[in-house]
Amino acid sequence: MRRDQLGSAVVRFAGDSGDGMQFAGSQFTQSTALSGNDLATFPDFPAEIRAPAGTTFGVSAFQINFGDDTIQTPGDACDMVVVMNPAALKVELPELLPGGLVVVDTGTFTERNLHKAHYESSPLEDGTLDAYRVIKLDISAMTLEAVKSMDLGKKESLRCKNMWALGFVYWMYARDRQPTLDWLNEKFVKKPELAEANITALNAGHAFGETAEMPHDIHGFSIGKADIEPGQYRTVTGAEALSWGLVCGANLIGLQMTFCSYPITPATPILHILSNLMEYDVLTFQAEDEIAAICSAIGASYAGSLGVTSSSGPGIALKTEAMGLAISAELPLLIINSQRAGPSTGLPTKTEQSDLYQAVYGRNADSPLVVISARSPADCFDVAIEAIQLSTKYMTPVILMTDGYIGNAAEPWRIPDMDTYEKKPVQFSTDPEGFKPFLRDEKTLARPWAIPGTPGLEHRIGGLEKDYDTGHISYDPANHQRMTDMRAAKINGIANDIPPQGVEEGGTQGKLAVVGWGSTYGAINRAVSTVRGDGLDVAHIHLRHIWPMAANLGELLAGFDQVLVPELNTGQLVTLIRDKFLIDAVSLSKVSGQPFKISEIEAAIRERLESQT
Amino acid sequence: MNIVTPVNELTPKDFATDQEVRWCPGCGDYAILKAMQRTLADIGAKRENTVFVSGIGCAARFPYYMATYGFHTIHGRAPAFGTGIKLANPDLDVWVVTGDGDALSIGGNHLLHVLRRNVNLQVLLFNNEIYGLTKGQYSPASRAGTRSPSTPWGSIENPVSAAALALGAGGRFVARSVDTMQKHLGEMFKRAHDHNGTSFVEIFQNCIVFNNDIFADFTAKDIADEAQIILEHGQPLIFGKERTRGLRVRPGFFELEAVTIGEDGVEEKDILVHDETNRALAGMLALMEPPTMPVALGVLYCYPTPSYEDGVKDHFDEAKAHNPGGDINKLLRRGHTWTVTG
Repeated sequence: MRRDQLGSAVVRFAGDSGDGMQFAGSQFTQSTALSGNDLATFPDFPAEIRAPAGTTFGVSAFQINFGDDTIQTPGDACDMVVVMNPAALKVELPELLPGGLVVVDTGTFTERNLHKAHYESSPLEDGTLDAYRVIKLDISAMTLEAVKSMDLGKKESLRCKNMWALGFVYWMYARDRQPTLDWLNEKFVKKPELAEANITALNAGHAFGETAEMPHDIHGFSIGKADIEPGQYRTVTGAEALSWGLVCGANLIGLQMTFCSYPITPATPILHILSNLMEYDVLTFQAEDEIAAICSAIGASYAGSLGVTSSSGPGIALKTEAMGLAISAELPLLIINSQRAGPSTGLPTKTEQSDLYQAVYGRNADSPLVVISARSPADCFDVAIEAIQLSTKYMTPVILMTDGYIGNAAEPWRIPDMDTYEKKPVQFSTDPEGFKPFLRDEKTLARPWAIPGTPGLEHRIGGLEKDYDTGHISYDPANHQRMTDMRAAKINGIANDIPPQGVEEGGTQGKLAVVGWGSTYGAINRAVSTVRGDGLDVAHIHLRHIWPMAANLGELLAGFDQVLVPELNTGQLVTLIRDKFLIDAVSLSKVSGQPFKISEIEAAIRERLESQT
Repeated sequence: MNIVTPVNELTPKDFATDQEVRWCPGCGDYAILKAMQRTLADIGAKRENTVFVSGIGCAARFPYYMATYGFHTIHGRAPAFGTGIKLANPDLDVWVVTGDGDALSIGGNHLLHVLRRNVNLQVLLFNNEIYGLTKGQYSPASRAGTRSPSTPWGSIENPVSAAALALGAGGRFVARSVDTMQKHLGEMFKRAHDHNGTSFVEIFQNCIVFNNDIFADFTAKDIADEAQIILEHGQPLIFGKERTRGLRVRPGFFELEAVTIGEDGVEEKDILVHDETNRALAGMLALMEPPTMPVALGVLYCYPTPSYEDGVKDHFDEAKAHNPGGDINKLLRRGHTWTVTG
């Protein structure tokens, strides 16, 4: 059979919230990874659990970019969209490249559904789709036909539509169905009739592709294997990698983790994942509110566990007073912020990077702590381990920044061998001889971690200012100055302990440095690499350490004529950089709730360089 | 027969710190501190195993004066810190010290949930019906009409009953005492300590500066016998100087009334016997107020069930039995994986 060879493809599945598009997308991801392609995904779903069926605001989509070369973003625009109803077509058509493929379930294009999607006439017939290649299939009817021998109602039968569509797309891209068959058998182990129906639908969609005649001379596609470093792989979402990073990080320092959280989108998946890992000494606690979540985490740290709390911007705001206590009492604590678009409730399921000021500055008084950020789903694993090590070594709260996009997106991950990681068990104080709770290490300025249950080390701590040496309450003016200076010096000193800032792409000096942080990594990297291919003198620098910044960062940035800072906010890191290094860094801002497109960054880079000539 | 004398290595003084106590002279907190130091010595508590956790307010200074572990945290949140401490180390003996503003106003939510969860710790609520540390504003426990710097015309709100709230939240141990009743207070501390689950003790505590004698309507020496009733499990609910007053169910109504034995045909057998496992009775006792009814002191309710930590331990055991080993390399390889060869 003939197949057209492609380097990469961007496919988007879209339908009603209840159509199972996220399941279809994640199964396609799994199978694509097993085919040896590199990939990146972008689940894009509404805040409503089940918005009214057929409405545009109820459309749930899953996008995947896969290919035979390095893939770093879910793709700027789609080569193909699969739409399960008129509303999905309405929402997703702008995402499709001219000439792109649309697979449409025509069975849902009823008068009523067209009306709900605010179509005056059927887009299948009125010329709306003239610029695209359209495969019209009555997926609804064919699914019903496929599973009719099974004793299911119409509603349940139609639930298998996503698998029919997935089977068809599997055929188009020559994917292996077996992992999905295994998954269905496992998912419906207690309802074998549903497993059978879904499998039948999947196979029917696949068989249709093999036998039916396609319009436009479509033959299906094939994509070669990417050149991938040897090893054992899996796909991970950011939430998974972060959760496992926490488990492994706690394991490496030999502590039980006490993870205290309150449900909030998009942070909750971390709570769900960790709740299932009790056998790894993970204790999860769903607190009554965000404040109780951080306070119980601090209590756990005080008592010798690794206290972790996790939330999103609005919840982090509620935790700030308690963060101040952890700073004052000098206790280890990890605070994870899965950022979402704001202010206030904002766009809970959409992504943004607008909590950087909150993390660095957002507390009363002079209250420095460590801020560290993850750049991709897999990167969450390493960042979590580093955050835990910094927090316990320096007896300080650490804020770990991720976002809704990283949390939900998936990518292939080379699974590390944990036996190769250095174990550094935490040493609690035990010796009463000369013990003072705030007598600090000369080098790190960290105080000892002395936990209740230790004979002879009984002491009292709290949020009142403490004497520099004894830790007793002190209202002495000179002591407060000294303690404030020490708290700043302790955090600033960490700059000398973290790795020097490197350059992701390009040299250490040149005409333009594009400086990013967090989930914009893929888009910036691709854009810089493209313009470098055109001979432009541009470099990509990506910060993991937001506060303190790497010790060499100022010197590094000074080597560039211009600095451009793309961010999914109105310019927060750029302000920090301008303030700290007194350089004329320029912001590239986007706050639409969507990630950057590569082309947007590329255009901004070209514009900067042209404005200079 | 061998007589074993319990050896108490530590005396009340061993539980005192070298810190200068900073409460106002005459403050009821001194008496509570003394009762606690004595109780810990009596029960043979270990200093290293004992943790006092507090929020903000006059009462919240308490940990600084106890030679145990102590954590002076933020306003209203002490139950949440206490919960975290118990999650991390269930073997610690945790006492949460709070006041009426701390526990019933800013921290109301946490009080509700610590009681509902039944975390195995003791909550001591020092109730003086006023904000002391911020200089005398009315609190959620202040009686309607309380004149204070923030309510010059008298407060409009109705007060909350701490004990009724604790029962409503599902508290399994609810007791009351008075700062000046040293012996009784110590007994309540011991009972609270022995109870598995959250123990809630409300202590009526006199604020000599901002709300002096606010509890005199049932604690003043000349009227105390008639205005308070000391509860004892299994004993008739009798009070009064002559021990002739008692509580019974008003015939034909679901409510308590105070009666005099020998008057209006009331006999001793008509008097209710206190049953601290009866929640409905506890609810009625909690709401009794002078002048028509005596204030109930003692253990209103005690009905232990497994604590939150007991449940956590069960889940840990079950999870580890299911998946022994806890090899993190295995965790990372759960589900679909594939191998890329060079």
